[in-house]
Amino acid sequence: MTSSNGSIGSQVTVSIDGQEVSVPEGQTILAACTAAGVETPTICWAPNLTPVNVCRVCVVEVEGSRTLVPACSRPAADGMQISTDSERVRHSRRMVLEFLGSANDLSQAAEIAEWSQHYGADAGRYAAALSDESETAVEIAHVDDPVRVQDDLYIRAYDRCVLCYKCVEACGDDAQHTFAIAVAGRGFDARIRTEYDVELPESACVYCGNCVAVCPTGALQFRTEFDLRAVGEWRPDDQEVTRTVCSYCGVGCNLELHTQDERIVKVTSPADHSVTSGHLCIKGRFGWQYVHAPAFEPPATESAAADSTET
Amino acid sequence: MMAALSVNDANTGAVVVDHPRVVRGGTRRRKQLRHLLLPALHALQREAGWISPGGLNFVGRTLGVPPAEAYGVATFYEMFRTEAPAHELSVRHVCVDPICALAGAARLAENLRSQGHATHEGPCLGQCERAPAVFIQGRREPDRVPDDEHGPDSLLVSVTAGSPDAPSLLRHMLDAPAGSAEAASMEAYRARGGGDALEAALRLGPDEVISQISSSGLSGRGGAAFPTGIKWRAVADGDGPKHVVANIDESEPGTFKDRLLCERDPLAIIESITVAGLVVGAAQGWIYIRGEYPLATQRLRHAIAQARLEGWLGDDAAGSGRPFDIDLRRGAGAYICGEETALFNSLEGYRGEPRNKPPFPTTHGLFGRPTVVNNPETLLNVIEILRIGPEAYRSVGTEDSPGTKLFCLSGHVGRPGLYEAPFGTPLGELLSLAGGVQGTLSAVLLGGAAGSFVGSDALELPLSLEDTRSAGTTLGSGPVMVFNDSADMGSVIERLAKFFSDESCGQCVPCRVGTVRQHEIVTEIRRAGAPTGSQRLLLDDIAGAMGDASICGLGHTAASAVLSGMQLGLLGGDES
Ligand SMILES: Cc1cc2nc3c(=O)[nH]c(=O)nc-3n(C[C@H](O)[C@H](O)[C@H](O)COP(=O)(O)O)c2cc1C
Ligand code: SF4
Ligand code: SF4
Ligand code: SF4
Ligand code: FES
Ligand code: FES
Repeated sequence: MTSSNGSIGSQVTVSIDGQEVSVPEGQTILAACTAAGVETPTICWAPNLTPVNVCRVCVVEVEGSRTLVPACSRPAADGMQISTDSERVRHSRRMVLEFLGSANDLSQAAEIAEWSQHYGADAGRYAAALSDESETAVEIAHVDDPVRVQDDLYIRAYDRCVLCYKCVEACGDDAQHTFAIAVAGRGFDARIRTEYDVELPESACVYCGNCVAVCPTGALQFRTEFDLRAVGEWRPDDQEVTRTVCSYCGVGCNLELHTQDERIVKVTSPADHSVTSGHLCIKGRFGWQYVHAPAFEPPATESAAADSTET
Repeated sequence: MMAALSVNDANTGAVVVDHPRVVRGGTRRRKQLRHLLLPALHALQREAGWISPGGLNFVGRTLGVPPAEAYGVATFYEMFRTEAPAHELSVRHVCVDPICALAGAARLAENLRSQGHATHEGPCLGQCERAPAVFIQGRREPDRVPDDEHGPDSLLVSVTAGSPDAPSLLRHMLDAPAGSAEAASMEAYRARGGGDALEAALRLGPDEVISQISSSGLSGRGGAAFPTGIKWRAVADGDGPKHVVANIDESEPGTFKDRLLCERDPLAIIESITVAGLVVGAAQGWIYIRGEYPLATQRLRHAIAQARLEGWLGDDAAGSGRPFDIDLRRGAGAYICGEETALFNSLEGYRGEPRNKPPFPTTHGLFGRPTVVNNPETLLNVIEILRIGPEAYRSVGTEDSPGTKLFCLSGHVGRPGLYEAPFGTPLGELLSLAGGVQGTLSAVLLGGAAGSFVGSDALELPLSLEDTRSAGTTLGSGPVMVFNDSADMGSVIERLAKFFSDESCGQCVPCRVGTVRQHEIVTEIRRAGAPTGSQRLLLDDIAGAMGDASICGLGHTAASAVLSGMQLGLLGGDES
């Protein structure tokens, strides 16, 4: 790997669209772009996960490199000349977004939709180019998978899954170390699966919900959100976020309670929180129903009962 | 930076690894026996005819692999089933890639099926010289290839074999008939100079060997043509445990050279891997061979056993005072596992998904350690360089592509087979050597599915790295697939497009979706007879993104045959 031979704490300087910017050695091109104030689309990258660089929407042009380079994983190296808005970059970013739009249901992936608009992605042109009125025309393949509602905590709708690997990473090495889910199959048929697609309660899943928290498309969704959406009552704009500390144990995980109409609809943790890095356990994530339990009404007190028998 | 440590324990086969993470999934703790996952899945498949939940769980528990991950691995490979089969039979795999399709593969598959055989149509089986090809995946019996038992001998021809001072990989194979035990006999091998390269390598020392390889100008024969000397130098300079890997996954449609090299000269392959190991300072060598090559596998295993007896492998390998041994692993039906980093993942017991480069294998290869990975043809060239020296080696071929190249001729030529010719031999001359084109030439596919079509105006093209590159095509690993005007080129191209969508690992978006869209558009073009303007534009757009933004070489090259075919007018419409 290229790197200046400086000691820990040394900086590297790169040029981004002609603008010089320095970042600590070891930081990625993406970090350098952010430092330079250049916004970069990302789908498979998250601040609290190891980069897997699979979606390729973040690609940039680096002088001297034959192909485009994923900004999210490539370390910035001294002297790199980086273009983030060249014709080549725009083309590949647009195509990635278009490919996903043509294959998946992205109706609940707001950020991807914004970037698709930004780059002028037209997911419809594949179907358009294939249909010439005749009935025998080839149809374009779409990721189809019935929604999996197997418990009260979260659902899995893999027709929305863009295979960003985030849930796999969160369930595995990067957070949970449970390895309940993995990518199975190959190519276009690859899917996130438990072994033999057994239902989630039969699998190794411990319901930490960390996979749900990192999913960028709504393919994994808390049951609360899923049920509210089903009746047209999911209103993110009306939701309030309250930061608090989980009351179950002494670790001190920070929680963000998302409330709508004074009811908790989702619990997350900030990705930059030093204790959790955004990851929680089942108790902090799902164990909030008691908050909405009917107010505690003391039963007839013992002393009252005792009083009555004593007489 | 974390200290890196990797230990091969000869008794348990355990590999303990501690290095910065380069592989998805699995913790360090879980990695110790994980590289045995692929052999274990092979065993389950062979005994039960599928990978059952009980079997998978047992294997997972034994090797410390979580069931979801083991399932993810099992479902990656064409040779593994994760649903119970409705029969107890061995499975006949029939190749339906272009050369076999021309030779009547569809009819063959139909016949086999009607005779009651379990039949599976799949990609190139590396037997294109004797198309249509069949491979039998055994159920409680060894895998086999019917043509290995009663097929005709494959034809081997070498232009340079006659001159002892010129490099020739095929020289010794020409006299020994295919079925002969001689191919695997250490005695016969030594009698014809086997072992000399190993001795020379030890006498000269690593620096001199690498410098001879560099000055010979040897470049990799696996398709990417990377300078071998640079690769070996980098790994020799690396610290700690290292690996050498012979990449015998050979799954590029139209390629069958590595199969024949391993079947006909297995001891030379073992000697060359040992040379590589001792030169770069690796203690462990690996052979990763595609699962559809039972005879080559058997001969290589036998050769490894003989090399151990001979003292080439072991604690004091070839008297070097250092340990070196070789393990063999079988692939399970996945073209992508020939890509070097996908191969590492596959061998380590992960899904055969390529890693992003950099870091490169020379620093972060197998088990995260510095690794030399070479094609067997490359390795055999090292033996020739040590035999005749770099100068004599350079006397053949061109300035920029010294030496010979093995070409796999298949399709509409008089004598399909394996041909060794100096780099720079014009295409037309090579075709003449192989008995000429049968009928009227329509197109030649150079480099296989990852290569490109050239037309009859390319007969003068010198087959060197530099000339093919400047002509906008490639030699790849050496396949030369010939099609005359009786071939339905539209269906050939459609099949190539299908090949890529079938073989994409699915990891990155440009290739996972791009190969599928490309195949759909080509299918539609064939149905309608000619491409429309918007279809041409789409194919160009898809090619741009796959070539520029994919992770690995599969995506980078997935559009090249289709586009070159369209430009030659093979998909109907005008040439462009
Ligand atoms: C999709 C794909 C498949 C490949 N298959 C093979 C193969 O079967 N055998 C091989 O030697 N190289 C194959 N390669 C090239 C390897 O990645 C690597 O470059 C090669 O093994 C290095 O050996 P060499 O330097 O001796 O050529 C493949 C590359 C790609 C992208
Ligand atoms: S809820 Fe937790 S344990 Fe279950 S699949 Fe998601 S990340 Fe894994
Ligand atoms: S389910 Fe969500 S997080 Fe998991 S791979 Fe699919 S899109 Fe990514
Ligand atoms: S280019 Fe294709 S084969 Fe290579 S990593 Fe991407 S999806 Fe896999
Ligand atoms: S965000 Fe970089 S490849 Fe996905
Ligand atoms: S074996 Fe059929 S094309 Fe190679």
